[in-house]
Amino acid sequence: MLYVVAAIAIVVSMILALVRAVFGPTVFDRILAANMFGTKTVLLIAVAGFLMGRPDFLDIALAYALINFIGTIAIMKFFRYRMLGLPRAGEDLGDL
Amino acid sequence: MTLFDPAWIDVAILAFMAIVAFVVALLRSVFASVMLMGIFSLLSATLFVILDAVDVAFTEASVGAGISVVVFLGAMSLIPSPKAHGRTRPLLGALVCIACGALLILGTLDMPTYGDPQAPIHLHVADRYLSESLEATDVPNVVTSVLASYRGYDTLGETTVIFTAAIAVLILIGGSWRDGVKAPARADKETGDA
Repeated sequence: MLYVVAAIAIVVSMILALVRAVFGPTVFDRILAANMFGTKTVLLIAVAGFLMGRPDFLDIALAYALINFIGTIAIMKFFRYRMLGLPRAGEDLGDL
Repeated sequence: MTLFDPAWIDVAILAFMAIVAFVVALLRSVFASVMLMGIFSLLSATLFVILDAVDVAFTEASVGAGISVVVFLGAMSLIPSPKAHGRTRPLLGALVCIACGALLILGTLDMPTYGDPQAPIHLHVADRYLSESLEATDVPNVVTSVLASYRGYDTLGETTVIFTAAIAVLILIGGSWRDGVKAPARADKETGDA
């Protein structure tokens, strides 16, 4: 019962994040919505694992959290520096 | 179907995927479409996890939601704004998409139902792998024994392809760095100290 309520709450918050990703006026709304959707995906996988009697989904959810974090870092780095390649010689790169 | 049956999660995820796909097709902002494509990949990865295809789900999450979003953004910064050319042919594109989708659905009609024990994939060599792989290969995990022992040369070839691709990408991306080409102007100036 607890897991069902948690899953419903997560699905509802996924809807809200989706609304923000679709209508979000600025770039940062959408980045945040995509990142939050990734977090909700991690939680949903974890809860669905307990709901289906497969608690080992928890490890998969943890690995997803790592992928999501790296993806967000990559997107933010792209918006900071407008490129994906290695830093050029003599370019000031800040403290990323 | 009650709430205690986890199948409603599948229905919710599939509904999300349909909504996201339509919104991606309809939105005019390329950046929003790229972000929504990342969300779509996360949703399909979740569906793969629930269908017990964890390895496919990992690939989908890292490639679809991770790398391809970044590559799309990189391509976005290189091409001019799509608003520059006004005339498009939405009807032709829609027809091509509907035809391709209809062909794909036609292809799935012959497939066995999910979890069918009489499906061809379960009748061929799966029994032998399950019963004999431990003695034959001394690997306790059946999937690992298939991947690294029964299909060892196949995996070696795949790894070679991926290694070559990684080297090619590194040469392409790192090329301008080696030549000392001037970096493009940064979008925003740093306000604080670096």
